[in-house]
Amino acid sequence: MRKEVRFAGFGGQGVILAAYVLGRAVSMHTPMHATMTQSYGPESRGGACEADVVVSDHEVDTPEVERPDILVLFSQEAVAKNLENVRSASLVLSDVDLVRLDGEVARKAVSLPFTRTADALGRRIVANMVMLGALTRASGLVPREAMEAAVAESVKPSTRELNLKAFDAGIRL
Amino acid sequence: MSEALNLVLNPEIDASQAGPHFMLGDHACAEGALYAGCRFFAGYPITPATEIAEYLSERLPELGGQFIQMEDEIASMAAVLGASVAGAKSMTATSGPGFSLMVENLGLGYMMEVPTVVVNVQRGGPSTGLPTLVGQQDMMQARFGSHGDTTMIALAPQSPQEAFELTVHAFSIAERLRTPVLVMMDEVVGHMHERVIIPPPGQIPVFQRRRPDVPRAEYLPYRPGSDLVPPMALAGDGFAVRFTGLTHDESGKAVTTYDAQQLLVPRLREKILRNREAYERTELYRTEDASTLVVAYGITARAARRAVDLAREHGHPVGLFRLATVWPFPEERLRSLHDVRKIVVAEINLGQVVLEVERIAGGYAQVTHVGSAGGRVPSAEAIAEACESAAQRSP
Repeated sequence: MRKEVRFAGFGGQGVILAAYVLGRAVSMHTPMHATMTQSYGPESRGGACEADVVVSDHEVDTPEVERPDILVLFSQEAVAKNLENVRSASLVLSDVDLVRLDGEVARKAVSLPFTRTADALGRRIVANMVMLGALTRASGLVPREAMEAAVAESVKPSTRELNLKAFDAGIRL
Repeated sequence: MSEALNLVLNPEIDASQAGPHFMLGDHACAEGALYAGCRFFAGYPITPATEIAEYLSERLPELGGQFIQMEDEIASMAAVLGASVAGAKSMTATSGPGFSLMVENLGLGYMMEVPTVVVNVQRGGPSTGLPTLVGQQDMMQARFGSHGDTTMIALAPQSPQEAFELTVHAFSIAERLRTPVLVMMDEVVGHMHERVIIPPPGQIPVFQRRRPDVPRAEYLPYRPGSDLVPPMALAGDGFAVRFTGLTHDESGKAVTTYDAQQLLVPRLREKILRNREAYERTELYRTEDASTLVVAYGITARAARRAVDLAREHGHPVGLFRLATVWPFPEERLRSLHDVRKIVVAEINLGQVVLEVERIAGGYAQVTHVGSAGGRVPSAEAIAEACESAAQRSP
């Protein structure tokens, strides 16, 4: 089994942290293997930004993601950059308020209010954790407990509770 | 001087990081250095090696070590040589443009036989080139960049786990053979996160510098042992030591004659070539019946491994010869694969290590190259295709 996951959005939306949490959950809390790569340079500080995770039950050979099985979209620009992938992915998750998908979608498309839910929790910055909750439920790729542990380990202790609350809200969306 | 800088000569064992991590390749390299007892880093930040410096700037002070951000890479290289001469295990890390500046003092390190580790996280070049994208274009610069007939050692990790292990190993080689050792990483390995398991202290053997066992009056800093490596007294130990880039005799005194040169420089070469067991590391994958072989190192070896599987699915007996040690090239190990008639060298450059493979195997195997001018790892499919067309070509 090899699953390729791409998180695409703008720098500052927590796209890279989301990928890190998924990779960490797999590597530290399951017997599977994960490799995470990310965009570097100015784009990770405001422009279009992508982070990829390969999850595999064998050691990952090549870390490059060419055709993601799971695609997470946080901006309209990310859709434009991933048009082919939107059609070929087996699961597309997107923020309903930031992304419009016009018909060209894959087998399974889930549009949910990640950012709006985060706003309701008081901090827009946890929209990525809401999304990870939704991803956990929709994909079945990684056990919830593994993801929760990784969320807790990957954020500052002072924001742990808020991030876990956001993750839980995402599971229930 | 060592008091002034608080150099750590006998580092305390740090067990705090033992266990599994989800870790960046650059950070794994830095942890490898700490595991080996490195307590001095001098460097200048450069993508994609910055994370090594950044990480050590926090970890080294925690362990009582020294981190210095230097004015440039020329000074960085000089500083790690100085720290090592005073007895501290030292390292610097850079990428192509910085490595170009380091090669001058790197040569001084080879000539003065100073153990140290230099990491080059390779990106696309020439010049500032592709800061955030991968390359393996400095392999020949590593081999021949330093003037004057140097013989040197370079390792190339294929994963964050191996970045940790080979960096530990690089320190042991440097100390054992009294020479700078290069860790030739690449941007993808440096910038990827994977599971890294750091073993408890002591599980990976760490070689400590061999000190003189003769009375001070009899010590000659460049009189080699039977392995051609001279025991090394520390500056400040009370032994008379001299360090010069000029050709020197066993006392370290400059003697710029033909005869002194013939004693010194061939020994510097032989001490590397005769001690291959200290550093030579290769991996074979599905080579038992292989008549076609892929040779690869670093991140490219991972695509090559998959290429072997792809080519075999199409019925071609292909195997992988992976270089964890690239320089000196493990030539006897390559020659020992008697059935090989076709070799494909995959690397992210326009043809570097392939030249060495041609030299070694050109007489009995057809050698071809898969690569690019940098920016991307060759795909497994492209390597597999090259293997299949090589396999089908008439001998």
